[in-house]
Amino acid sequence: MALSKVDFNNINVTPAASKKLKFNSSANGFETGDVGGSLVLISTQTASSSSTISFTSGIDSTYDSYVFKFYDIHPATSSSLFTFQADTGTNTNYNQTITSTNFRAKHTEADGGTGLEYRTARDQAQGTAFQQISEGIENDNDSSLSGTLQIFSPSSDTFVKHFISRCNGMIVNPGTQETFCAGYFNTTTALTRFQFKMSSGNIDSGVIKLYGVT
Amino acid sequence: MAISKFNYNSFNVTPVAGAALAFDADADGFSTATATSMVLIKTLTASSSATLSFVDGSSDVVLDNTYPVYMFKFINIHPATDGTAFSFQGNSSGGSGYNETITSSVFQAQHNESGSASSLSYVTSMDQANGTSFQQIGLSVGNDNDQSFVGSLFLFNPSSTTFVKHFSATTQEYYSSNYSKRYFTGGYFNTTSAIDEIQFKFASGNIDAGTIKLYGIKDS
Repeated sequence: MALSKVDFNNINVTPAASKKLKFNSSANGFETGDVGGSLVLISTQTASSSSTISFTSGIDSTYDSYVFKFYDIHPATSSSLFTFQADTGTNTNYNQTITSTNFRAKHTEADGGTGLEYRTARDQAQGTAFQQISEGIENDNDSSLSGTLQIFSPSSDTFVKHFISRCNGMIVNPGTQETFCAGYFNTTTALTRFQFKMSSGNIDSGVIKLYGVT
Repeated sequence: MAISKFNYNSFNVTPVAGAALAFDADADGFSTATATSMVLIKTLTASSSATLSFVDGSSDVVLDNTYPVYMFKFINIHPATDGTAFSFQGNSSGGSGYNETITSSVFQAQHNESGSASSLSYVTSMDQANGTSFQQIGLSVGNDNDQSFVGSLFLFNPSSTTFVKHFSATTQEYYSSNYSKRYFTGGYFNTTSAIDEIQFKFASGNIDAGTIKLYGIKDS
C-alpha cells in the first residue's frame, strides 16, 4: 500500500540523489545522508583487457574508511601479481611512498607447498612501487583472484594513510594462496585516487567495487 | 535547495519492512531503499541441530547471482560435543551430498590461558588439496557453558560458471583445552558450476546452540 498522505509540513533537507532521508542526531528533525553502519556503494569498474583500473572520484572525507572489493580478477598474463597504488589531488603518477608488510598462506591442489611465510619480496620500505597484494595468479580459464582492500581516512592531512588487504588467488602450481598485506602511505597529504593493475600484462576481466563505510 | 515545505501530494512509495526512505536518482522524489549495501538474507539459529544449511530458493534463502559477494556470520556457536571441529561444505547447482572439491590453506594464532604457549603456524591438518571433505574453520571448539566459536566467512561470486569460487574466513574459537585460537582460512571450490547451497556442521555431534547469519553484499 502506498502512502498517499504525509503530515509533516516542514522537512528542511536538501535532496541528494540516492541518499536517505533520516532523522538527525537530535531526533527532532530530518537530514539527508547515509544510514550508519553500512557499506555504501560508490562505484563499480569492470575490467576488459584493461591495463589499469583507476578510481579517481568519490574518495574524500565523506567516509572514515573505504573498501575495495575485487572478485574474479583474471590476468591476461600468467603468474602476474595484482597491485595497487594511490595519488593525491589530480596527479596521475601513482607513486606515493609506502611502508608495508606482506605474508601468505599457501597450499597446492596436489597437497604440496604448504606454508605460512613472510614475503620480503612483496613488502616495501619507503618504496614508491605499486604494492603487490597477491602472488602470481594463474590465467587458466577458471583461475582468478578475489579479495578486499580497506583504506583508512584517506583524506586526513594529519596522519599517514593505513591500508589492510586480504586476497585469495589461484596460483600457477595450481593451488590456493592467500595474501595478507598491510601498511601505510607515508604522506600527510590526502589521497584522492587509487589505481589497480597486474604486474605484467592486462587485467583480462574482473570487477572492482568501491564502497564507503559509514 | 532545501525543502522547506513538503509539496508532494502523492507520496507514492510502497513501504518495505526494514527499508529506508531514499531520494530517487533525480533527487526530486522518493523511493524505498534498503538501508545498507549489506543485506541480511537469512538467520538460522541452532538448537541441537545436526546441520545448518543455506539452500538457494528454500526458506527465503538467496544464494545466487543476486549478490556478487556473500558473508556468513557465526555468533556463539556452541557444540554438543567437546573438542570438535566446525566446518562447511557446498553443493553445486543441482548437486547433493555436500562434497565439492576444495583446495585451501589454514593458519592459526594461538595463546593459552596460562600464558605458557603462543604461536603463529600453518595447520596442515585443516587444509585440503582437491579434497571433498567439509572444510574446517575451527579445530576443537570447547563445550563448557562459556565456550563458543565466532567469526565470518566470505564467499565470492558463487554463481560464476567461469571461475572457481574463492572463500575467505576469519574465525575465533575457545579451544577445548583453554586456548584462544584464531584461524585464517582461504581457498576455493574447484568447480566452474555455480555453488548454491552451503551447509555447516560439527565433525562430531550437534550444534547445540548458536546463530549463523547470511548477508548479501549488494552489487549496486
